[in-house]
Amino acid sequence: MTFVLLAEQVLNGLQFGVMLFLMAAGLTLIFGVMGLINLAHGSLYMVGAFAAAATAAATGSFLLALAASLVAAAAAGALMELVVIRRLYGRDHLDQVLATFALILIFSEGTRWLFGSFPLYLDIPDALSGPVTLPFGIEYPRYRLAIIGIGLAVATALYLLITRTRIGIQIRAGEEDREMIAALGVDISRLYTLVFALGAALAGFAGALIGAIQSVQVGMGEPVLILAFVVIVIGGIGSVKGALVGSVLVGLTDTLGRALLPAVFGLFMEPSAATTVGASLASMAIYLLMAAVLILRPRGLYGSA
Amino acid sequence: MTEAPVLSLREISKRFGAVVASDKVSLDLRPGEIHALIGPNGAGKSTLIAQIAGTLRSDAGAVIFEGRDVTGLDAVARARAGLGRTFQISSLAMEYTVLQNALLGAAGQAGAAFSLLRPVMKNRILIEAAEAALEAVGLAEFRALRTDELSHGQRRQLEVAIALTLRPRAFLMDEPMAGLGMEGSRAMTEFLDRLRQRAPILLVEHDMDAVFRLADRVSVLVYGKIIATGPAGEIRTDPAVRRAYLGEEDA
Amino acid sequence: MLTERRLNILVLALLLAVPLWAWIANEPFTITLATRAVIFAIAGVGLNLALGTGGLVSLGHAAFFGIGGYAMGILASHAQAYTAIFEWPVMLEGTKSMPIIWLVAILASALAALAIGALSLRTSGVYFIMITLAFGQMFYYFMISWPAYGGEDGLSIYVRNGFPGLNTLDPIQFFGLTFVILLLVLGLVTRLRASAFGLALGAARQNEARLRAVGIDPYRLYLLAFTLSGAITGLSGALFADLNRFVSPTMFSWHTSGEIIVFIILGGVGRLMGPVIGAALYVMLEHLLGGVSDYWQIYFGAILLAVVLFARGGLIGLLVGREVAHD
Repeated sequence: MTFVLLAEQVLNGLQFGVMLFLMAAGLTLIFGVMGLINLAHGSLYMVGAFAAAATAAATGSFLLALAASLVAAAAAGALMELVVIRRLYGRDHLDQVLATFALILIFSEGTRWLFGSFPLYLDIPDALSGPVTLPFGIEYPRYRLAIIGIGLAVATALYLLITRTRIGIQIRAGEEDREMIAALGVDISRLYTLVFALGAALAGFAGALIGAIQSVQVGMGEPVLILAFVVIVIGGIGSVKGALVGSVLVGLTDTLGRALLPAVFGLFMEPSAATTVGASLASMAIYLLMAAVLILRPRGLYGSA
Repeated sequence: MTEAPVLSLREISKRFGAVVASDKVSLDLRPGEIHALIGPNGAGKSTLIAQIAGTLRSDAGAVIFEGRDVTGLDAVARARAGLGRTFQISSLAMEYTVLQNALLGAAGQAGAAFSLLRPVMKNRILIEAAEAALEAVGLAEFRALRTDELSHGQRRQLEVAIALTLRPRAFLMDEPMAGLGMEGSRAMTEFLDRLRQRAPILLVEHDMDAVFRLADRVSVLVYGKIIATGPAGEIRTDPAVRRAYLGEEDA
Repeated sequence: MLTERRLNILVLALLLAVPLWAWIANEPFTITLATRAVIFAIAGVGLNLALGTGGLVSLGHAAFFGIGGYAMGILASHAQAYTAIFEWPVMLEGTKSMPIIWLVAILASALAALAIGALSLRTSGVYFIMITLAFGQMFYYFMISWPAYGGEDGLSIYVRNGFPGLNTLDPIQFFGLTFVILLLVLGLVTRLRASAFGLALGAARQNEARLRAVGIDPYRLYLLAFTLSGAITGLSGALFADLNRFVSPTMFSWHTSGEIIVFIILGGVGRLMGPVIGAALYVMLEHLLGGVSDYWQIYFGAILLAVVLFARGGLIGLLVGREVAHD
């Protein structure tokens, strides 16, 4: 494998990781602040993608589509929080798992009912289509590079939001001590709705961005949701920094595993067998990474001890 | 002093960040004695109990039990070695009956937790051990009650009963009188008075009447340090203790 | 008065009576539905040992269900193609015999549960949920990417496997077989729950500190419970594959894990017969709602949500109230 191809795979891994971060950051914040495990986070990703696809089809504007994904997912998230999620804060994890599992069924079938079973497509805007040439002669799709940029920008903005703003201070206080922030006079239920809607918006945004690379279809959020869980286990619950590091690790491991393992096995096996074994192992690579982290640091890389 | 101590702490320490919860604590528990550990709130008594029971790992120092260094053992192994503890905040299986809670101790003591197919309610030996313990603390008539229906005081008694089923060679008791009321306290005091024949007791207690009635020796813990250890009579009059602790309450 | 014991007997009697009626009325499809319910019930009873009694919320039991399914699929596909599974170091051939398939399914899923449990039980709470989910998903992707046994398309087994003395192709006989297995599994779980192990496991769910203080290690207890639980769910997977004469990676899908938990919550968490009632209810709803609308899962989701939010004891809780402490 040449250097250029390898660099391209590294960028792919980074792009995948950055998208995972948008999912994982919301999940981990929601868990850190509200103590809630939300399986329906993948549904919000799907809502964002569908809102973007529908808006793009109606208006032809990619920017409007992105805005629609943010608004629709945040609104769906806020609604979800107000109607169902807030009844679950005091409940045990089993109830949270089941109720949010029920929400997935409702969201998925509801979307199928509204949009049908056929996938929708969201086109990459002209300004971002085609390849761009990077140093060392690396050619890389402009859109994917933009995704990496956008993702890193969102990560920075999130960091600033949490460290520099009033709402960020309240979020961090909420992670430390729930009674404390009530004592500080913060309206907790408003804060919770806000954090949930923020997480939802991030997920919906990721769904819209990925929707232009893959197809937009029912159930698209679930594989991403499970990978985001792997990210959180690796990074440590409640840690946004852990989510970032975990996302990049998972993104790179998965992408490079798929690209490199068949070649590695090709060194000492016949090509067809190497492809098979390599691909199968690559599909397990991130879970093996998770297992390794669990053995070494059961609370994740940045989890509190 | 003729007999070797059953339990010795040798300069054990624990810090949480900048807070030193226990600072080179050394302490002996001798056969047949009740050794009371007193001190103001936040002195680190519960931390110390947790370090001895093995639920908290000490940063430094050693715990010697029956001549054997148990510092490296976890709470499960120390319980199996013969340390019977009761918790400050009742730590019971609330959905179980009183008898089932006592059975849990008997099963642990007998190493029966991995007996998969034999009905535990028909295991005569375990049932008898559990019932004897309930009888001893005066809970026999409540055996079929769900534990969450017990009064606060009865829960304390059940804590002690479970410790009894373990047939421990030393008791660690964290405030067994808390919330018992006058009558209950008196009964518990009498009970502990007899219990010391079976195994020595390291007793954390706030009820000073009970402490001075029961304790052979008293150690005073202030800010994680033992400032005095001695016979109850001496401690009561020790000027440093009065200043640091008793004085404040008497004033 | 309706006690839990009477309800349990009533449910088992109904579960037996419906297919018997269907047999007389010549309604084989109803028998198949009942068989499906019984097999789901076995899976649920398995998970309930870990989840209900031990409080271990596993969202990865599809792994064991799938392993059981593929144990059947792999053994039977080799037998029907007359090829060996492998020839070195020893010659190992496939089989069409249910008892051998079940044994392999139980052992393989127990082994997987032991490994997954050993890792996941280093954590607890929400970590445990996410990790079991992730490991379950690992099997799903592995089976999709592994082409030897059908990959994404799965494997078809043309003729149902055999059991000595029975014609397993006859729906009522196959139903009878699964029903007997359900009874045996219920008997086993009843014994386990009544043993010192069951007592300690239930205590671990309620209060781990208490358990440690009496010298019992919760980790080992959980690991054994998780392994037994996985083995039972694995057995149900083998039966499910034989019912459909087909296995595919869908058995490993995390929706399957979610559904097994749903059986438990619909019936009543921690109750012996909770998963049996829940599985029967699930199959009925699936059939009835599926007949009303293509989008039946919306209604099912709403029902599930209502049960979780407003009827936490499940159907058993509604009918007979809170669990009575036994003496």
